Amino acid sequence: MIQLAETLQAPVLDRHFRMNFPTAHPLYGAGNVGSADVVLGLEVPDMWFVTHSQTPINRMGMQAKRITKTDAKVITIFAGDLFGKSNYQDFGRYDEVDLAIAADAQATLPLLIEECRKLITSDRKAALQQRGAKLAEVSKRNRERDIEQAAWGWDASPVSTARMAAELWNQIKTEDWSLVSDLTFVSNWPGRLWDFDKPYHFIGGHGAYGVGYGAPAAVGAALANKKHGRISVNIQCDGDLNYAPGVLWTAAHHRIPMLNVMHNNRAYHQELMYVEDMAARARRGVERAWIGTAITDPNIDYATMAKAYGMFSEGPIDNPNDLGPAIKRAIEVVKKGEPAMIDVVTQPR
Amino acid sequence: MKRLLLLASFAAATLIPTMSQTPAGDAANGKKLFLRDGCYQCHGYAGQGGAAGARIAAIGLNAQGLIRYVRAPGGAMPAFTDKVITDQELTDVWAYLQTMPKAKAPKDIPLLNALEKK
Repeated sequence: MIQLAETLQAPVLDRHFRMNFPTAHPLYGAGNVGSADVVLGLEVPDMWFVTHSQTPINRMGMQAKRITKTDAKVITIFAGDLFGKSNYQDFGRYDEVDLAIAADAQATLPLLIEECRKLITSDRKAALQQRGAKLAEVSKRNRERDIEQAAWGWDASPVSTARMAAELWNQIKTEDWSLVSDLTFVSNWPGRLWDFDKPYHFIGGHGAYGVGYGAPAAVGAALANKKHGRISVNIQCDGDLNYAPGVLWTAAHHRIPMLNVMHNNRAYHQELMYVEDMAARARRGVERAWIGTAITDPNIDYATMAKAYGMFSEGPIDNPNDLGPAIKRAIEVVKKGEPAMIDVVTQPR
Repeated sequence: MKRLLLLASFAAATLIPTMSQTPAGDAANGKKLFLRDGCYQCHGYAGQGGAAGARIAAIGLNAQGLIRYVRAPGGAMPAFTDKVITDQELTDVWAYLQTMPKAKAPKDIPLLNALEKK
């Protein structure tokens, strides 16, 4: 991916289905689909969502709008196209693309890079370098903007997800680490503040806002990381953990070293926001959106839960100044080959 | 000329009650409403914003501006009508937003300063 992007000096938008591109690279996240002349989707299962925006228009409807330029060419290289069966067994919306190549993108890349290099003249190369320099500036501004945004709510209680990500990064940046959880529910803060540059730095997303996948997936990934001596970091959503909390015992029983940091916003928060949204559109009941979505009264004591399963734990932590030292203590436990949990009472997103 | 005068008259007629109907907000009540009506859900308890909603702490919007935006927002945010939250209640929420602290500069936060210098 790096070779292709640098050959073309093209910006890369990562859909986070797996670790695809270094987050500190000057071409990372520096472009947008709406301004592209060519959009190349590499193993993107739902290309329609890349080429369209959606805006809610009433209680249940969404207004979809194609966001590519009218003369933009959309090309996909997607192994999933090889597995299509009947209409009833395919999922998602089909996108209207100019060229759909049913192939494995990873296997295709060396050939594609070679062909691109053959076609690039010296004049063209100079133009591409100029484009790359502009994109690097955009990337730098994005980084500065992210850091500036992270400062908002820095000292707030509950702890901001940006603060949690920054405190974690401060403790793991010199270690061999692996994030074994998703980025979606913490406003992508690790993706914005950490330097991901190895394939195992990120295991990929859960897909389709799946709840209950996170904790078992994290334990599995941490097991895979164990033999490499990596620090596995699991930012664990509270609602997700309640689907299969027994995996805490699995981690403790099998001595799987992993740092679990609870993103304890005390709600099935995606659902809470959805119910709130629907209530506002229905013009009634916004004050009752918490019913069936909040996980309060009583608050769940995840540190005690972890202890019950035989795991080192601390918390609940709601003072952001207590977080850094707690993470440090937990990492010492993880380095000894055991799992640990820090329960952090967090901002919703 | 007659038409111009009529317009001026209308503007004056609407401006006066608008001013008189906009008392100062009650920040304490605004905080209750901020929680009751779920503003925090997308914008954060500190109004810091995030993936689900924009920052609303320390933005240069007066109470009328906030009311106008909440009634007809852009993007994914649903409109909150006066049946859900009244103008007075939104003025209280606005007053609460005014109490939210501004962010420190990243250079004054060691962890962020280290990221900035990288």
